[in-house]
Amino acid sequence: MNMELSRRAFLRTAGAGLAGTTLGAMGFGAVEEAMAAAIRPFKLANTTETRNTCTYCSVACGIILYSKGDLRKGERAEITHVEGDSDHPTNRGTLCPKGAALLDIIHSKSRLQFPMLRKAGSDRFERVSWDEALDKIARAMKDDRDANFIATNKDGVTVNRWTTTGFLAASATTNETAWCTYKVVRSMGIVAFDNQARV
Amino acid sequence: MTNAWTDIKNTDLVVIMGGNAAEAHPCGFKWVTEAKANRGAKLIVVDPRYTRSASVSDYYAPIRQGSDIAFLMGVINYCIQNDKVQWDYVKAFTNAAYVVKDGFAYKDGLFTGYDETKRDYDRSSWDYVIGEDGYAVVDDTLQNPRCVWNLLKEHVSVYTPEMVNRICGTPKDKFLKVCEMVAECSSKTKTMTSMYALGWTQHSKGAQNIRGMAMLQLILGNIGVRGGGMNALRGHSNIQGLTDLGLMSNLIPGYLNIPTEKEKDFATYMSTRGFKPLRPNQMSYWQNYKKFFVSFQKAMWGKAATLENDWSYSWLPKLDVPSYDILRAFEMMKNGQMNLYFCQGFNPLQAVPNKAKLAEALGKLKLLVIMDPLETETARFWENHGVYNPADPSAIKTEVLQLPTTCFAEDEGSLVNSGRWLQWHWPGGSPPGEAKTDSAIMAGVFLRLRDLYAKEGGAFPDPIVNLDWRYADPKEPKAEELAKEMNGYVISDVMDPADPTKKVLEAGKQLASFGLLRDDGTTASGCWIFTGCFTEAGNMMARRDNSDPDDTGMYLKWSFAWPANRRILYNRASCDIDGKPWDPSRKLIEWDGAKWAGYDVPDIAPTAKPHDVGPFIMNPEGVSRLFTRGMMRDGPFPAHYEPFESPVVNVVAPKIKGNPVARVFKDDLSQFAETASPEFPYAATSYRLTEHFHYWTKNNHVNAVLQPESFVELSEELAKEKSITNGGWVRVWSKRGSLYAKAMVTKRIRPLTCDGKTIHVVGIPIHWGFIGAARKGFPANVLTPFVGDANIETPEFKAFLVNLEASSGPATS
Amino acid sequence: MFPPIPNPSVDPAAAKARFSDADLIRRSASEITPPAQRLTEVAKLIDVTKCIGCKACQSACLEWNNLHEEIGISDGTYTNPPDLTENSFTLMRFTEWVNPETENLEWLIRKDGCMHCEDPGCLKACPSPGAIVQYSNGIVDFIHENCIGCGYCIKGCPFNIPRVSKADHRAYKCTLCSDRIAVGQGPACQKACPTQAIVFGTKEEMKGWADFRIKDLKSRGYANAGLYDPPGVSGTHVMYVLHHADKPSIYAGLPDHPRISPIVETWKGVTKYVGLAAMGFAVAAGFIHHLIAGPNRVSPEDEANAERLTGVAPSGSTPSDGHEAGRTT
Repeated sequence: MNMELSRRAFLRTAGAGLAGTTLGAMGFGAVEEAMAAAIRPFKLANTTETRNTCTYCSVACGIILYSKGDLRKGERAEITHVEGDSDHPTNRGTLCPKGAALLDIIHSKSRLQFPMLRKAGSDRFERVSWDEALDKIARAMKDDRDANFIATNKDGVTVNRWTTTGFLAASATTNETAWCTYKVVRSMGIVAFDNQARV
Repeated sequence: MTNAWTDIKNTDLVVIMGGNAAEAHPCGFKWVTEAKANRGAKLIVVDPRYTRSASVSDYYAPIRQGSDIAFLMGVINYCIQNDKVQWDYVKAFTNAAYVVKDGFAYKDGLFTGYDETKRDYDRSSWDYVIGEDGYAVVDDTLQNPRCVWNLLKEHVSVYTPEMVNRICGTPKDKFLKVCEMVAECSSKTKTMTSMYALGWTQHSKGAQNIRGMAMLQLILGNIGVRGGGMNALRGHSNIQGLTDLGLMSNLIPGYLNIPTEKEKDFATYMSTRGFKPLRPNQMSYWQNYKKFFVSFQKAMWGKAATLENDWSYSWLPKLDVPSYDILRAFEMMKNGQMNLYFCQGFNPLQAVPNKAKLAEALGKLKLLVIMDPLETETARFWENHGVYNPADPSAIKTEVLQLPTTCFAEDEGSLVNSGRWLQWHWPGGSPPGEAKTDSAIMAGVFLRLRDLYAKEGGAFPDPIVNLDWRYADPKEPKAEELAKEMNGYVISDVMDPADPTKKVLEAGKQLASFGLLRDDGTTASGCWIFTGCFTEAGNMMARRDNSDPDDTGMYLKWSFAWPANRRILYNRASCDIDGKPWDPSRKLIEWDGAKWAGYDVPDIAPTAKPHDVGPFIMNPEGVSRLFTRGMMRDGPFPAHYEPFESPVVNVVAPKIKGNPVARVFKDDLSQFAETASPEFPYAATSYRLTEHFHYWTKNNHVNAVLQPESFVELSEELAKEKSITNGGWVRVWSKRGSLYAKAMVTKRIRPLTCDGKTIHVVGIPIHWGFIGAARKGFPANVLTPFVGDANIETPEFKAFLVNLEASSGPATS
Repeated sequence: MFPPIPNPSVDPAAAKARFSDADLIRRSASEITPPAQRLTEVAKLIDVTKCIGCKACQSACLEWNNLHEEIGISDGTYTNPPDLTENSFTLMRFTEWVNPETENLEWLIRKDGCMHCEDPGCLKACPSPGAIVQYSNGIVDFIHENCIGCGYCIKGCPFNIPRVSKADHRAYKCTLCSDRIAVGQGPACQKACPTQAIVFGTKEEMKGWADFRIKDLKSRGYANAGLYDPPGVSGTHVMYVLHHADKPSIYAGLPDHPRISPIVETWKGVTKYVGLAAMGFAVAAGFIHHLIAGPNRVSPEDEANAERLTGVAPSGSTPSDGHEAGRTT
């Protein structure tokens, strides 16, 4: 489902209920070819729209990402603006001070770009490749699991748990990521498994 | 939330207590302003501070943090004493009439069965009398002195308005005004909604705070109705989903349980999960537990999970302790019992109590793996930032791998909101640098580990090498593939027993509802409560039709809500015993003589006759519980306990410190201030500000502009006493650490008088750290105590003790 | 609920501005012929009684207008930054006010910014032709390339709104998001506002909506609830609903009776500069601007002459400097 289809669905089914103010038809002068000098060109013209959900709280406000370039056409896309989705039943286009500034978190100077390794005793991160990083993790897990896996308890009951490696899961990732994470973590017998529900 | 954000517009009274919705959920709070504007609804705010929510309230009452149970039991006492009870609801839909075992009692702050050395109860007497017919004994006349109603009446009788004033510091007239406004909602045509969040959960008795309000809502008849409900305003965008999917030490998706060591085999595990109805005709829906469990095991291990191997039951880990929650994990880490630790989009150095302990613990790991879109303090715990993070990198041997992930704007999938709506979203931008999706990283780790086990052998490789991983691109499972797996599908054809030529279920098809799940290995489903989200009709979470017939606020065609696209839980309780709406102007569903139908998906079998089947279908009783039997560790009724760090002695149980069954680790106990400590005389609380989201938005320039620097809030009275000037520096310290912040001297915090003693409240926003665009500052967890709720281990961030003084600010180099 | 304005179109054909220079009714230091027909007047209504002070309006304003504000400090208030700037066109001002009648605390939170006066003092004070314009729909906009940075607009403004940039020495303020209004959208602050404390539409619609709100407030005991649409400036295109409309100044110094200084109203030609000096305007700003940015229409001689005239405080207006107003600390 894409943006255009969903918008048509909304207009067809919900039209009058959310008709908006009379603003659209309130008698602006005839559209002039000559633009007013002071009026900035509308910056969303010719951008690509994508429906998304605000990443912060659980109100889950509908947002529209406006980008230069279209991922669906295989292009590189740079998000240039984020605004509330007026069609969304909960937020009706509104956003809070965090949601209204989502563009700046997408492009935050603190966004991570590359895998980095901090070695024991070092005072800095150093860049590593993805393969180096993932190989290192897998090796460390294998060694720790083999050394510390508890197959049975003192009463001989099969317990198959691994207590020396822990996993804290995110709280803003999708259900699909969470399910993928669940499968991997549980299959290994990790018990120190938690998420951010409490804090 | 039992209800939805958009349903709040249907209410007559909003009670914000244990939260600050205007501050933390502004766009959801819109529906409060709508109820006020269109229905003449009133808003009550009960909070230690006059908050942003209070600024638009009709009535504000102050309360000392950590005393909510006394307040709520006081309101229940008022309703009982003044006969403000929705009697038809209470009698038909709660366990008020159930008779409790003779052994059960409450005295001096403790229930029957307490063992001080174990800090636990023997809960066997906390249950109903079972009659000869195998069902619970009830007395519909409520005359039996041992029935729940009479025990409740007795239990709350101590919480008089005078006692509430002594414990909570709420002036008696203000408390009574709140009682009057709340009690009006015992009418069948008036409803109240409860909006709460971490202000109730982050206490050592957080779960009981919430039970207290749930009980009040049942007494008023406000559960299951439009404009009513218990509405937990969840924090992060998918924390509801992460909980639903059971990413916790003791959970399986859909609120099933990881086995304990006592459940040595599958038969033993299932033996306590029969969920036989406690009253005739009741649905007791958990009777289907085995179907959900077996379908889950099939989703995990596919063909390898068989009837013969008990559906791979033994491949799940078994727990030796109730939970390996985050507090226990850091305790183990500190004790050298943890070697590897993963933080996926989580910044525990800021988010878990007692930062000094956390930093020490992280320094004992061999390898810390960070998966995050942003820089975090946790990833750089070893880096020296002077007073903000004193560290000696050369002495810290922990290796840290920091992996860049995509953010929401660059990935696809669904999130569950507070109202249980699963909303699908689409990616709109290209990721920065080499950032990867979390799924690709998890797959990368898994495939490598699987290869190592295949190559080298090792400790119990079966559950790893047999994990069902049939994705088109094993290196990066697609969101749609994972969603279909969570929803569930048919593994092999199921024929109609009556007509073997007819297929009931066809192999390979997506399941339409969890009612189709089976315990014979013919269906798979990762998370049974999500079944229906991705069916043969397509991705229901991607639906974007915002039509809303008769403006009920239900929006059944917008996305998908679990369970079964239901928007208000327990909605059968919106009707009386005959199946007619309590309030015809707020009809939700009704019994038409043959079936249930209406604006929402009925939360009952469509043809279940109203007199026969109770509305609380998950409970074996069929009714809701004012008395929770042995299901909570700290009592079947909420009782007032002080926070572990309290400025006053517990008035109703002077010998008890904190919650008597909350888990406390030995080293942490010695780091709690004494009750009424002169060294730490002020009652502190920590909280969020609307301009920031946890520790993320300090990385956002705009949000850093809107609230640039850390501050603490205190009253004019305390400022005067301590010669603190507004906007000047203060130092605040607890028994665990010290911080500097600017002083915000305000009329919004006033000293309270509790049992004759003046209590000063100090408010500490949480958002600052040593990373990001905002000014460097101290997170509140420098101060907070390392102890959690007795049932679910949510840390006690909301009530602790500090001292403070005017300061010249942190020395900067 | 005030019906949300539909999402904007990204179709370039729909992005053409629906008003233009042909719709100007005023132009600073210039004579123009107003258009024969006036556009429907628009207005933004700020309902202070529904405002939760979340600052979404500030955030949305910074993002939509691509503004970069500095990260300040915490100075003991929730008002950040502490004042309007050339980058912060709007600002929430917080006042802790104890109602003397009820003795209850009220946290008054007012979104400050340009009021888009029907009779704009900034425009009338502006000596630079075409630096400030007024469209017939009510929007008062600054044309920055015509601005000489003299700052007279600030003194002419009864609400103390415009700010001169230290970087380019030009005056800035809220445009009412003229680029959004031009394509049938509301301003960015209105779109974002979580509780619909900000709504936007025609001025008539906004007055009607205000009536609906005031009735609700009166039913809750706010006997003096009312609309702030001050006649001293012939009404405004940004209006407030106040719980205590009899006391606007408790809301961080919102002027009780704003009007343009009579001196500004009457001055012509060189008297304009004399008049401004008479208002106590700090000529230093203009002089420094002259040194940095080169000569402009206000010569140092004018300034020097003007400075000799002693200042008379403008009557009837109270510059709203008051985010601290109502605090006792």
